[in-house]
Formats: sequence, structure tokens, C-alpha cells
Amino acid sequence: MTGQQIRLRLPRAGFDLDVELHLPPQGITVLFGPSGSGKTSVLRCVAGLERAQNALVRIDGQTWQDDAAGVFVPTWQRSLGYVFQESSLFEHMNVQANLAYGLRRSNGPASARALQEAIDLLGIGNLLDRRPQALSGGERQRVAIARALAAQPRVLLLDEPLASLDLARRLDIMPWIERLRDELRTPMIYVTHSTQEVTRLADHLVVLERGRVKTAGPVAEVLSAVTPALSLGDDAGALLEGHVAENDAQWHLSRVAFPGGSVWLRDAGLSVGRKVRIRILARDVSVATQEPRHTSIQNLLACVVDSLSADTHPSQALIRLRCGPSLLLARITQRAAQALALQPGQAVWAQVKSVALID
Amino acid sequence: MLNAVSLSPEAWQAIVLTIELAGLTTVLLLLLATPLAWWLAHTASRWRAPLSALVTLPLVLPPTVLGFYLLLLMGPQGPIGQITQALGWGTLTFTFSGLLIGSMIFSLPFAVQPLQHSFEAIGPRPMEVAATLGARPVDAFFTVALPMASGGLATAGILTFAHTVGEFGLVLMLGGNIEGKTRVVSTQIYGHVEAMEYAQAHGLAALMVVFSFVVLLSLALLKRRPVRLLP
Repeated sequence: MTGQQIRLRLPRAGFDLDVELHLPPQGITVLFGPSGSGKTSVLRCVAGLERAQNALVRIDGQTWQDDAAGVFVPTWQRSLGYVFQESSLFEHMNVQANLAYGLRRSNGPASARALQEAIDLLGIGNLLDRRPQALSGGERQRVAIARALAAQPRVLLLDEPLASLDLARRLDIMPWIERLRDELRTPMIYVTHSTQEVTRLADHLVVLERGRVKTAGPVAEVLSAVTPALSLGDDAGALLEGHVAENDAQWHLSRVAFPGGSVWLRDAGLSVGRKVRIRILARDVSVATQEPRHTSIQNLLACVVDSLSADTHPSQALIRLRCGPSLLLARITQRAAQALALQPGQAVWAQVKSVALID
Repeated sequence: MLNAVSLSPEAWQAIVLTIELAGLTTVLLLLLATPLAWWLAHTASRWRAPLSALVTLPLVLPPTVLGFYLLLLMGPQGPIGQITQALGWGTLTFTFSGLLIGSMIFSLPFAVQPLQHSFEAIGPRPMEVAATLGARPVDAFFTVALPMASGGLATAGILTFAHTVGEFGLVLMLGGNIEGKTRVVSTQIYGHVEAMEYAQAHGLAALMVVFSFVVLLSLALLKRRPVRLLP
């Protein structure tokens, strides 16, 4: 199993980029952070569009840059796909010619079949004769992704591919990216500052701040860690992966089971067994030391307090709860935490007021 | 058109020579100006500013000044003249080749500037995109940058051609006014006027007016639907 190894140093105005990453060989790795945190620079260095110092970039067993050994492979010789933030289609060519451009120059085992697969995966078969000027923003980005995939690259780099689109277009295109994640084996590095894209797309999450890696790991683990939760502010919460366990036709509810428990949520018409992601925001979770009865809250989870930390506001506390192997976050007041005398290791009930289904 | 039919054989000779000179100047100059414009658009070198000024110099200098110095350089005593003589080519002054070189220098800014502006407007992104798709730099230049700069290339070509057709002072200084060798339309008109052949001068002069109008019109049409760049 050969993953991606990236080590970079790059002086920038205001701060130095200094990151070291070991990424899994498959799935979507999201580089997340506020704008100006160096996410895009990392991506550009991986592609060789910018040259970092003292760097090591090793992707899928190939060394693209190793300054210790004096290796720097120019961008055009790297087997990669790159999707830029804004539309980057060649406007003097139609969609077909845009797609063929990379395929013809590929030094990998590219084939017309791979191109057809990319066209099918992104549903752009009916656009081939069009000029980029005649495409909508969402269509352009789908073509750009297909073009990047056509030559079967070893890694797909996406630099905020949805940032230039409005919300409706973004929601339009996300299922296509999920499809790539589920059906392709190509690893993807995805840069974004949107928590929505993180929770929906990420398998692996790297949080960057001022050029440094703040935390990195599997997405559910990172999101339920306390420090990144703080930087997410109101959006702090846990991400759980589970499956639809049953549908209750009478009350229009579905039960989603995850390791350690299950929750009821509105029936979204998904069939039993379907894998889903759910998100439980910290502000929607309250804590009780005895099993609450006579409550309207349907989702009660038996948990153990893992840790208590100060939150962004001095009145609040962020409680990390362990529910079997899964982690939850609860945002309560400091006063309540003290009144209940919460301690790590204590058994409590988490009352979940609201659960969001992500896909 | 009646006028055109009644043009003298010398006038026709001057027209053919003018087209030859302008055509060759345009082709050779575009070959030279394209890499130069690309370099000027992308370099961070400290030579950029002085070179840029040097390229623009023919725009502001009187053609006679340019012609005068080229005459000295290419003449029997000038350094270029010495070299061409040593190579057995004789001197280039008062020859078509000398005129060609002079015209290329004279029109240099007209070719370089539209191209440079086009290359700058494209920005670095399309070349980066091409590189990520596996295109080596030269390949990317010909398949992406140059087609995207086609508007600038066309403008550069049209301006160079028209500017060469319209030159007078430089031709007179550098080419003399030798019939069949260096006598172009502008100097032919001058000759007709000197000889009081106003009707002959009229024919050629009217032709120049029409030609210039067509050039400006085509430039305006070219600008009306510019090559679309990134939004």
C-alpha cells in the first residue's frame, strides 16, 4: 500500500508554509482551512506549478520532487489531474477537444475507454459538441473534472472546484463528486473552506491554519476532536457514518444505525441498508445524568464523558462524548457542567435534538 | 477603378514592390516579434524595461532619424556594412534587403505591442492547465497560448503590413528611390508630384486612402468580436 507523502516548505507573505502530510492511497482527502491558510499553495506544489523548498512529494510510489536527491519532475510529466477554482476550459476548443487534449498527451495507460468512462461518470455525453461559452458554470466544472480524469491520473487535485458556483449549482455537482469517490480508485486531494463540502465529501481531513497542519486524520475523528470544533464555531459537531436500519412508514421516520447506537430521523426515502452520513451539531446535543423520561426528544444515546473543554465563549463548555466507538460533541453551559458535576468517565445520556442526513 | 486601369507601368511596378516588401516584412517580423512579445509578457528580468523601451523607440522617432542611422550602420563604413562586405554580400543600403531590414525595425512596436498585450491578457492560467494535462511548454504555446492570442496576432499582422505600406521617410533615406528595386508607392507618389504628374499621383494616392480605410475597418471589426478570454 503506497500512500501519498508530502513535505513542503514555502515562504509566503505573512507566514511560512510548512507542512508534512501522509495521506491514504484512496478516497478524498480534504485540505480545510480559512482562506490564506496555504491550502492552494500545497496543491500547487504537489502539481509542480509552484516550487517549494526542501520538499518531498511522493504520490502513488512515484517521486515528483525530492530536493534531498535533486529530483524535480516538471508538471507536464506528472500523472495528475487538476481542477481549478474557476472555469479553466480552453475556450477556443469545443468540449470534445478539451477532453481529448489531456488524453492525447498522456504518458500513462490512457485509452478512449477511460475517456468514455469519465464522460459517463460526469454525465456530460450530451455536451460534447458545445463550446465552453455555451455551458453553465456547473457544466463547465463537470467537463473540467472529466478532462482531468480522462488520462487516468495517479491523483486528482481539486482546488475549491465549487467555490465559483452558486449554492444550487454546488448541490447539483456534489453528487457527481461523491460518485467519483465511490466508483474510482483515484485518490483525490480536495481544497475547500466550506464545512458543507467537508462533511459531505471528505474521507480524510487535514485542517490547515497559517501554513501549518493543525490536525489530520479520518474525517469523523478530526471533526469530533475539540480543537477543530472550536475553529468551526457554530458548525462544530460530530460526523457519523452509518446505514439505514429501518423505515417506519407510520411516522415517516428512518432509523440510522452507527457503531455504538442509532438515531431516528425524518424518512428521506432511502432504502434499508443504504450507507449514509449523518451530522449532529454540538449545539443540538444536551446532556443528562439520569435517563430522561417524559421528553419530546426521540434520540437518547447512552454515552460516557470523554473530556470537557472550554468553548469559544466563556459561558459555554464543549463536552466530548463516547458512544461505543463513536464520538459526539455537546455544547452546554459551564454552569450546567458544574451543576451536573460532569467528569471524564462518567456515564450520561445524550439528548439529540436534531440530526442532519448528509448523503 | 478607371483610375487603376490608367496607372502607368511604373506605378504598377511600385505597387507590386510595395506588396512584396510589406508581405515579407509582416511574415518575418511576426516570426521575430512573437517570441520577443512572449518574453516581454512573462519575464521578471531587469532587462525588461530597457528592452521594452528599445522596442518602442521606432514609434516616436522620426523615420528620417531611423533611416539616417541605419544608413550609417549599413553603409560601407558602418559596422553592419563591414560585416556584409566581409561576407561578400556588398552593402545593404539602397537594396531591397536593406529596405526589408529597415521596415522590420520601423514596424517592430506595431507587431510586438498587440502580441504582448494579448499574451498578458491570457494570464498564466491556460499554460498551467495545459501543463497539468501533460503538454510540454512548446506544445502548450502552440496549441493554447497562440490560438488564444490570435486576435493580437491578426492585429499585429495587419498593423505591420499597413504601416510598411505607409512608410516614406525611411524608404527615401535607406532605399533611395530606385525604380524596380526600392521605389514603393509612397515614393512613387512623391516622384509624380515632383514631376507635376498630378493625375498619376491622384490614382496612387486614392488607392492608398481606400487601402488605409479597409485596414482600419478590418481592425475595428476584429476588435468588435475579440477572442474570449477567461471570464
